[in-house]
Amino acid sequence: MENVKRKNPFITAFRKLTQNKLATVCFFILLIEIILVVFAPVFTDYGYEEQDPTIRLRPGFWAGTDDPDPKEQYVEGHWLGTDDFGRDVWSRLLYGGRVSLMVGFVSTAMGLVIGVICGLLAGFYKKLDNIIMRIMDILFTFPGTLLAMLIIAMLGNSTFNAMLAISIWSIPSFARMVRGKVLQIKEEDYIMATRSLGAKDTRIIFIHILKNCLPTIIVIATMRMATSIISISTLSYLGLGITPPMPEWGGMISAGKAFMWQRPSLIFIPGIAVMITVICFNILGDKLRDILDPSLRD
Amino acid sequence: MRKYVLKRILMMLLLLLGMTFIVFSSLYIAPGDPAQMVAGPSASEEDIERIRVALGLDKSFIVQYLSYLKNLLSLDLGTSYTSRQPIMDEILVRLPFTINLACASMLLSVVVGIPLGILSALKKDKLADNIITTGALVGISIPNFLFGVLLMYVFAVKLQILPSGGMTHYFWTPTGFKQAILPAIALASNSIATFIRIGRSSMLDVLQSDYIRTAKSKGLKQRVIVFIHALRNALIPILTQLGTTFGSLLGGAMITEKVFVINGIGTYMIDGITKYNYPVVQSTVLFVAAMFIIINLIVDLVYCVVDPRIRYE
Repeated sequence: MENVKRKNPFITAFRKLTQNKLATVCFFILLIEIILVVFAPVFTDYGYEEQDPTIRLRPGFWAGTDDPDPKEQYVEGHWLGTDDFGRDVWSRLLYGGRVSLMVGFVSTAMGLVIGVICGLLAGFYKKLDNIIMRIMDILFTFPGTLLAMLIIAMLGNSTFNAMLAISIWSIPSFARMVRGKVLQIKEEDYIMATRSLGAKDTRIIFIHILKNCLPTIIVIATMRMATSIISISTLSYLGLGITPPMPEWGGMISAGKAFMWQRPSLIFIPGIAVMITVICFNILGDKLRDILDPSLRD
Repeated sequence: MRKYVLKRILMMLLLLLGMTFIVFSSLYIAPGDPAQMVAGPSASEEDIERIRVALGLDKSFIVQYLSYLKNLLSLDLGTSYTSRQPIMDEILVRLPFTINLACASMLLSVVVGIPLGILSALKKDKLADNIITTGALVGISIPNFLFGVLLMYVFAVKLQILPSGGMTHYFWTPTGFKQAILPAIALASNSIATFIRIGRSSMLDVLQSDYIRTAKSKGLKQRVIVFIHALRNALIPILTQLGTTFGSLLGGAMITEKVFVINGIGTYMIDGITKYNYPVVQSTVLFVAAMFIIINLIVDLVYCVVDPRIRYE
């Protein structure tokens, strides 16, 4: 018995993940992205609000500094160009990414905590099951963006309200999956064994069952990150949630749309940022699912 | 069967009731005084008080909720703060455009998504499968509004072959087709991807089943096996997805409308939000959610007719 070494299942899962090239690439892209946005002031010399009316709508590094038209000249230091207020696009991209990733993370976390608790209770206690799951059905029935818009309309425009709106939409996904898992685990012999040893319900739920639900929760959380980032960029594209001058990728695209003729890079740059981030989270979620919980496959 | 249908209809009514409660209480707790909104900014205290009494806003929450339900039963959604018109009328004027867009996208998703999903299952792990599944991943990952803006840039700004926005005709007319094509593609990208994924996995499942192996060992042609034997069973999971898809297309249409400047329910609702026009927001949300629930019910009922194996619990 002494020879059996207990392996941490998450380290094993991470090892398996790094064996997949695509997933590794996505993991590192996201890691770099997180470092860039968290330490944004280190990577840019300009603030996201800093305006320079003399260099409005300038192109980035792809244009020459010697273009005959002065408006088409690249301005040293603004390697992704400037927007209609003469603000540096690179700084706005970084600070905007901060908002997108933070909202994505916080709203997923809020949805996770509430959703997992609801799922655990519904799965464990038959009496609560019906009530909780019917409430989840109602939440699930509302098309997500619609629910988010209703909440923001009622509570007002603010980053926190946007997070709240998006997190409420995440609750039912967590609750449903966790409930299903709990119903399975509850019947296992080791739960019965723990119970006969005199463990209380709270211990069984939060120590034994929760531990075995973790793989499922991690997979859903990764995928919800992708959805939450899409939601926040959509909301801010519509002018809801994030208030200017605070940048957000969706809001940048919305502002850039007016200058699509002159300077399409204003929509392409934040657009590419959103897409890469969401694709990476989705791929990572897919691979994690294959490794941690293949039963979630549709 | 009859018991099942009754139970489902009862459930639907309960869901609708729950939804009216959420929507009503969300308005109740919203900041701002409705009486002040209706009276306008220059109204005197007495005027506001008079309107409050006239609208029944001085009554308790429960009384107000009950009278709200009573009005809903007679399809009265209240009056818009800004235009002073009945909201029901304003919704009905805009509804056709939203439905037009959602239907065009639905058609596109079915026609493009299902065949591609089945194709990629048949060509599993070959080049075509890889291209299609990668495309589906991108389709799921790209936000509707972003795809819309990109399409607009390519086809309306650069190539100038399609209009950049607006909608005046239905999509089956020549003008309407041109107007609907970009918004419909933008909106359908997610659901096409969903159909590809579901179509692929369900076809793969069916192809592994015993009766397909029997058909193969009988020496039937691949074409016959796929189209006659496998397809019908592979379509069942896709069918259940249709209702949810149409609902999310309706929700998504509201955003796509804003991108392509289409005067549908979505634009109406978003304008309502930005102008603090709460009754409009409330009614549009309720309206779309109700449509969503009813469509899902219909799909579920159709589903048990198509697949008799389903158990009516």
